This record gives sequence, structure tokens and C-alpha cells, in this order.
Amino acid sequence: MKSLTKQKPFDEVIQLSDQLNRVFLIGCGTCATMTKTGGINEVQAMKKSLQDEGKLVTGWVVLPMACDEMTAELLNENKKAVQDAQCIIVMACALGVQRINLYLPLPVIPALDTLFIGMEKSPGHFFEACAQCGQCILGETAGICPLTACHKGLLNGPCGGTDKGKCEVDPEKDCAFTLIYERLKEQGRLDLMRKYHPPKNYQVIPRPRESRLL
Amino acid sequence: MVSKLKQAMENGKFVITSEIGPPKGTDLEKMYHHIDLLKDKVDALNVTDHQSSVMRFPSIGGCLAIQELGGEPVLQLTCRDRNRIALQAELLLAYSKGIKNVLCLTGDAVPVGDHSQAKGIFDLDSVQLLHGVRQLEEGIDFGGNKLEGAVQFCAGATVTPEAEPIEPQLIKFEKKVAAGAEFFQTQAIYDLERFAKFMEFARQFPVKILAGIVLLSSAKMAQFMNDHVPGIFVPQELIDEMAAAPKGKALKKGIEIAGRTIAALKKESLCDGVHIMAINREEVVPEILAVAGL
Ligand code: SF4
Ligand code: SF4
Repeated sequence: MKSLTKQKPFDEVIQLSDQLNRVFLIGCGTCATMTKTGGINEVQAMKKSLQDEGKLVTGWVVLPMACDEMTAELLNENKKAVQDAQCIIVMACALGVQRINLYLPLPVIPALDTLFIGMEKSPGHFFEACAQCGQCILGETAGICPLTACHKGLLNGPCGGTDKGKCEVDPEKDCAFTLIYERLKEQGRLDLMRKYHPPKNYQVIPRPRESRLL
Repeated sequence: MVSKLKQAMENGKFVITSEIGPPKGTDLEKMYHHIDLLKDKVDALNVTDHQSSVMRFPSIGGCLAIQELGGEPVLQLTCRDRNRIALQAELLLAYSKGIKNVLCLTGDAVPVGDHSQAKGIFDLDSVQLLHGVRQLEEGIDFGGNKLEGAVQFCAGATVTPEAEPIEPQLIKFEKKVAAGAEFFQTQAIYDLERFAKFMEFARQFPVKILAGIVLLSSAKMAQFMNDHVPGIFVPQELIDEMAAAPKGKALKKGIEIAGRTIAALKKESLCDGVHIMAINREEVVPEILAVAGL
């Protein structure tokens, strides 16, 4: 499981950090390193670009996993450089940005856009596997999630846009219901496709979603 | 008062429906003109609901205009832009204004339209919406609460006889029947032999099938539909026939093909009627009907 990100246009980062000229820069050693959006190379390139814009980079660090609690300690190790900064520019997914936001009083500025939480299907090919709906129906859909695999999140079968097994929005993408159909057929369980799925409960845990284990 | 469309279908008439695409804006003149032209030539007129996810004057507005002129409207209602609360409200409004027919649709995907960044709702799908209509008729809303005054609709749905693979489509068709669909308007069909095979399947169910007729306006358009529109198969002979039409006569050829297809469907009693979609060329529908001998 990885958090998929892409870099924001540099102009947007500059605009978000307007008037905040002393910057501490943070990357992430996990997902953003793998996607080459916030690893050591990208952080160094960003450092240079910011300096070219006349910003002072007080320091930088690539945290092993920016969303982890360990982040607090590692930020502490960079206390001096962090304190010298007026803002933190974060090259991690939005979880990393929010983790850092929990620990530091300074403005945090995301340098990446978070796309989705993805699972690797084949090397380098990620897909969104789960929308965390709170009421899993994979047991009736051959283990394929129609909420994420179908563009419209339909439950009762393909829409009229399905075309030769592909989805109406993108001929490169499979139609979820062709996948579900083929799999159920293989399993001799096509009856599941005939089953009526009533409207979904979209408020299993109303947002803001929280769960307290302790 | 019951739906005139339903009455016509029940009386075994070869039913003819067509559709009106409302304007993008408030200039309703052309829409009224089309309604006026078609209302007495067909059994009912659908009004599209932001077809292809392109924002337009609403379906319900078009339906009210049809009522005003004494025609029989079919409200097209998609799940794309409304959650279950708004869908029910639309149905209550429609019924209170005397609209008796509703076509329950999932709706096209948002990114194919002209507001490609909008949020697609799809809180319900077409099968759930059909169930919901039947539930409202029992005087109960989708949340299980009692209504003060119920609704009554002749509810329809769509099906794509040329979908590939076909089996998931047929399974969904059955689910729509079980959910309460009384009639189906199909995606465009051009090949009668293939359509007859679909009808063999569909005839097992107590529903009326209106074959979709989409007017071909040029060989290029025919080829495009065949290649790019999901679930449409245009036989090569028809594309060739369109291409062979003399310059400036392609539309006439398209009208002829549509008319003779309708005539053949009727003659062979292949289905219960037709739904004519003359996208942006509503004014030629009477000609198509004339060629069909209707
Ligand atoms: S149904 Fe889909 S979105 Fe819901 S929990 Fe299962 S996999 Fe996740
Ligand atoms: S084509 Fe298939 S995956 Fe795409 S929106 Fe329609 S049903 Fe969903």
C-alpha cells in the first residue's frame, strides 16, 4: 500500500509560501521516495529551486516515514533549523503534511498533491483498491470493489457506457463489472451478480471519521 | 389519470416515442417548436436529463412544456446529479404536476461532459432508483418514512442489446425488471437479426420493449458511432449505403434507413414499439415516420 502523489506546480508552492522566506524542507523516505516526488533527490532539487527564488533554506530532512509518530523525535533533532524557519515545505503525501502539522506551530505547506492510496498490481502499476466505505461487499463481488473499480461506484451491474469490457471514461481502463462478471463466472457464482444490492449506507461513520481503540 | 403511454402499450399499439433535448439556456423557442411538431405524432416524448453530462435546461422543465402543449412527457431521471433526497423530490414534483412517466437512468459519467470537474453523485444506481419509485408508490420514502400523498408512475429503463459482453447487461436487465421497470427503451439498434436474438431473451419478461432508432446523418457519423459509441453496432452495409448516397443526400438516406427499420420492426412484430432519437434533428422525425408508413 502506497500513498500516490504528484508534485504541485512550483509556482503554486511559491505562491503558498509568499512572504515566508525562511524555509525548512521535509521529504519522505517511503511512498514519496518510491514515486520520486519527495525523496532525497527531489528534496535537493526543491532546495535549489527555492534558493533560486531567493528563499533561505534553513535545513532539510528526509524522514523515514513522514506519517509515522517517530516524526516528532526526528523533527526535534533538527530543532535549530526548524526554529529558524518561517514555514515548513513538505514533500510528502497529505498524511505526512498533517502529521507534521500536529507537531509544529509553523505554517506547513504541501509541495505535493495526494492522489490516492494505491496497491501495486504489477511493478509500477498502482490502483485504488478500497474507498474505506465501512461496509465491505467484496464477498459478493468476487473480491473486486465496485466502489473504486467502477467510475460511478455502481452496485447492481454495468452502466450503458461499458464497451468491450472497458470503461466509458477511459478505454484504457477495465469496466469493473466485466471483471466481476468474469471472475464470478469462473467461480460458478454468477448468481451473486443477480442479487439486488440496496442503496449503500454512506454514513457508516459520518465525517469527520474517527475511531478510538483505547 | 393513468399514463397515456402505459395505456397505449397495454392496448398492444406499436408505440412510438421520441425525445427532446432541452436548450443550453433559457431560449425555449426551438424546444417548444420541436414539441409542437412532434407531440401529436408520437405516444410520448422523453426529455433528456443533461445528456452526455452537458448542462442544459432541466428535464422536468421540458416535461412541463410538453404538458402545457398537451403532449405526453417521459421524465428522464439520472442518478448522476442528485442524491436520493433530490431524486425523490424530483419525483414528487413531477407527479404533482401530472407527469406520469419516468425513465430511470444511471446517467453518463461526469468527465465526458462540459463540467468535467463536477462531483458525480451516483448515490443510487438505476436499479435502486426503480425500486425507489415503487417504494414511493407504496407511500414510503427511501428512508422508510410515511409520505403524505404517494406517487404513481409508469416507470421505464434502458438496455443495450449490443453490449459486449452481453451477459452482464442481460443480468442487469433482469434486475431492472424485478425492480419494477414496465418498459425499456433500447440503445440504438441497426441489425435486426441481432436484435431479434435479444428480443428472444427479452420476451420472457412481462415488459414492453421499444427499439432505439438513432438517425444516421452521414457515413462518417455512422462509422464514428460504430467505432466509438459504447454498445452501438452499425453493420458495414449500412455505412456503405450511407457513403453511396449522392452529395447532400446523406441525411435523406439516413431518414430512409430509420423509416424502413421501423417498418420492418413493426411488420415482423419484433418489439412493442420504437424510440426515435434524432439528436439535434428533431424536425425530421415526422419524415422518418412517414417513410415508416406511420
Ligand atoms: S466495498 Fe470496497 S470500499 Fe468498501 S470496504 Fe470493501 S473494498 Fe473498501
Ligand atoms: S463502464 Fe463499467 S466501470 Fe465504467 S462507469 Fe460504467 S459500469 Fe462503471
